[in-house]
Amino acid sequence: MSEKIKRYLGEEVKAEEIKEGKIPIEKFKPKAKYAWSAGIAISKFLEELKKGRIIASTCNKCGRIMVPPRIYCELCFKPTDGWTYVKDTGTINTFSASYLAADATRLKEPIIVAIIDLDGASEGMGIIHKIGEVEDWKQLKIGMKVEAVWKPPEEREGAITDIKYFKPVKEAATL
Amino acid sequence: MSEVAIVGFGCSGFKPITPELSYKELMFETAVKAYEDAGINPRKDVDVFITCAEDYLEGFSIFDEFVPDQLGAVLRHLFTVSGDGMLGLATAYMLIRTGHFDTIVLEAHSKASDILTYIDIVAFGLDPVYNRPLGGHPYYIAGMEMNRYLHDTCTTTEQCAQVVVKNKRNGILNPYAAYGANVTLDQVLCSETCFYPLKKLEISTPADGCIVMVLASEKIAESLSDKPIWVKGVGWCTETPSLETREWTKAVYTRMAAEMAYKQAKINNPWMEIDFAEIHDQFAYKELQHMEALKLCDYGEAGKLLEDGLTNLNGEFPVNPSGGLLGMGYGLEASGTQKLLEVVLQLRGEAGRRQIPNAEVGLAHTWRGIPTATGVVAVLSNVKR
Ligand SMILES: [Zn+2]
Repeated sequence: MSEKIKRYLGEEVKAEEIKEGKIPIEKFKPKAKYAWSAGIAISKFLEELKKGRIIASTCNKCGRIMVPPRIYCELCFKPTDGWTYVKDTGTINTFSASYLAADATRLKEPIIVAIIDLDGASEGMGIIHKIGEVEDWKQLKIGMKVEAVWKPPEEREGAITDIKYFKPVKEAATL
Repeated sequence: MSEVAIVGFGCSGFKPITPELSYKELMFETAVKAYEDAGINPRKDVDVFITCAEDYLEGFSIFDEFVPDQLGAVLRHLFTVSGDGMLGLATAYMLIRTGHFDTIVLEAHSKASDILTYIDIVAFGLDPVYNRPLGGHPYYIAGMEMNRYLHDTCTTTEQCAQVVVKNKRNGILNPYAAYGANVTLDQVLCSETCFYPLKKLEISTPADGCIVMVLASEKIAESLSDKPIWVKGVGWCTETPSLETREWTKAVYTRMAAEMAYKQAKINNPWMEIDFAEIHDQFAYKELQHMEALKLCDYGEAGKLLEDGLTNLNGEFPVNPSGGLLGMGYGLEASGTQKLLEVVLQLRGEAGRRQIPNAEVGLAHTWRGIPTATGVVAVLSNVKR
């Protein structure tokens, strides 16, 4: 508090007073709904996921193979030149164990989320996904090889969740 | 201080819907056109990128984080103005005037067709305690304003309807317009009353589109463009958000913004010194109310000028040669750049079949729509002086 201010104006409010509804509060739930056009690149990516494949776009100028795909190379600022498939295996770039759910409630079993650099894509490019089939997530290591576990074809709907999760590659992992 | 010029532009749209492209792809397509027009490489030649977007209209929190890739602005200097594209123009203008920046990219777009609950988003802009609980479609605010405006000025409903006839007709001549049409005065007057006295055809329909502009300092403007369009002055103003206490007849926010811009541009008699104007006409009566606020005529006189044909495309002072928002479609936060675009096209002599002969000075005006009382005014010229 500044020396010039001896006390703040107003009255102190106690937590109980809020709980008891003595302090007026206005509540409002916004109705905000959107349906974003997926566009060329995302549509193609999702269609291919449905078929069990991961597609990338390519830039002939910088030579990058880019996942998720886009129709422009953001570094060269030019349209991309083509499409190519990358593997559904990759390397853990980084990961975390989330002990909180989306609504901030405590989870018993954490959700393991990882950035996975996909094999066949340019360095540092790939997918964010969950890691599954791990007995103790503390065994996970940055640099570990992982592979996609897909939903059965009839359950796929053209969404990132068509891949259930990535699991450590048995030969490489010592779990 | 450096003069400021618009040295390139790109426009995609406007169209009722654009399901074929994502907003990122729409922005990329438009940016490519603008950089080609200005002959610049965005990866090297741009000092600052400014995008203009409001999160709730995009459906993203912190939307500014989603824009660098498609503009060539990755690891470059970028920020978002949460407001109309012309507030972005004002920001770009000031940055260049400091002398520290030579090239600025300005972007604004509308993906209105992606918003499923547009009216609820507009209503979310109302005061949560005093206004929102009353319910109803928030455009009743326009109905109330029009009613008071007509009452105080003796402007007629026919004159308001005539704005629609004029603007939609101009829109036919504009390839960037989504809703150009030949409508008759009777069709407008007989369209259903939506918010008395406002009629259905007097309300502009949202449209999708994107506009990117390249601005440059005096130092390099002429090397980038054969036809730099000089920004002679920019002004902006916001009245109180309180619907209970704001002015309902005169658009005072526009009056104050205009006075600020005219002072910089040394305009004393706007009607005589400016050749044409692009004025925010989301609702037909707003064109007339804004004309008066812009000092193009006396208070209550705009309807008569329109009726006498003076603001027609071939009139003494064309207003909304682009077709306005009634003809082009309402581009949300891109509205101001829609206005700027037409002023640039006219001043470059590239307005095709709607070209105003010998246009030298143009005015662009925007308003942030219901329920705001925010306006921006810019005066532009193809003569540097
Ligand atoms: Zn590249």
